[in-house]
Amino acid sequence: MKALKYILVGIVFGIVLTKSEAVSWYRIYEMFEFQSFHMYGIIMVAIITGVIGIQIIKRKNIKDIKGLPIEIIEKEPGSTRFWIGGIFFGLGWALVGACPGPIFILLGAGFLPMILVLFGALFGTYLYGLLRNKLPH
Amino acid sequence: MDIIFQTWPWYVSGFLIGMVMLCLIYFGKTFGMSSNLRSLCAMTGLGKKVGFFDFDWKLQRWNLLVVLGAMLGGFIAVHFMSDASNVSINPKTIAQLAQLGIDAPNGKLLPNALFGNDVFQSPKMIFILIIGGVLIGFGTRYASGCTSGHAIYGLSSFQLPSLKAVIGFFIGGLIMTHFLLPLIF
Repeated sequence: MKALKYILVGIVFGIVLTKSEAVSWYRIYEMFEFQSFHMYGIIMVAIITGVIGIQIIKRKNIKDIKGLPIEIIEKEPGSTRFWIGGIFFGLGWALVGACPGPIFILLGAGFLPMILVLFGALFGTYLYGLLRNKLPH
Repeated sequence: MDIIFQTWPWYVSGFLIGMVMLCLIYFGKTFGMSSNLRSLCAMTGLGKKVGFFDFDWKLQRWNLLVVLGAMLGGFIAVHFMSDASNVSINPKTIAQLAQLGIDAPNGKLLPNALFGNDVFQSPKMIFILIIGGVLIGFGTRYASGCTSGHAIYGLSSFQLPSLKAVIGFFIGGLIMTHFLLPLIF
């Protein structure tokens, strides 16, 4: 049961991202060309839903499934890593039209060439791990 | 029933993505897909050589299960919930893509020019897909998050670092789409 709930949430996530076409290379291109509201609408409504949900959790002191207080993880402060890392990711996102979630979703859906993107992404992650101490954060 | 097969509207999709994140928060976890790449690297035993991967990836097993579910979800949606009306993007976008030599969607999620099975015969396309992946893997770890962790989770909880990262995503995306893609294709 413990494992099942994560798989079920994942299934919903995979279906929604596919049916909203947020996994589509075309939709990402169209978004960066500002030729459709679709992707902006998805991201905005997801954020608004999240803001409302998190505020309710905080104000009503809602506990998690195990009865423990819910904690929102704070990102570490900084600037350089977010700007530069963000730009690197944005370049890749617009090139192959997939962020990390969709890489897996599309692979599961049977788009075989996505394995090359996943291979690259794992290598890129490794590269960061290797160079981390030399990079400005 | 048609509603299920057609493209889901942005307000339904956005709401459901927000609910997925809230579910994970309720489970006592967080929302972030790119950290799974780090876990996958750690699983191979890289932690012995590179300190960044020296952590107990088993604590992240729940997130790998989310990914497994997402793969199943993608399979279900593509094979049982799709129809030819899908991916009806702006006709202007289609015309622009034609100039780059990229095929129109006609119901498919991905262009054959990038993801058709014959890309395995093109060294250029293999290179492009791998480089795209490297940029994604390197960039998300450097920025410590991607669209899910920063744009949705981070902005939903009003975190300034996430706003910087998301602006970065868009700067990178705009540079790629407007300046680099026309050079590549």
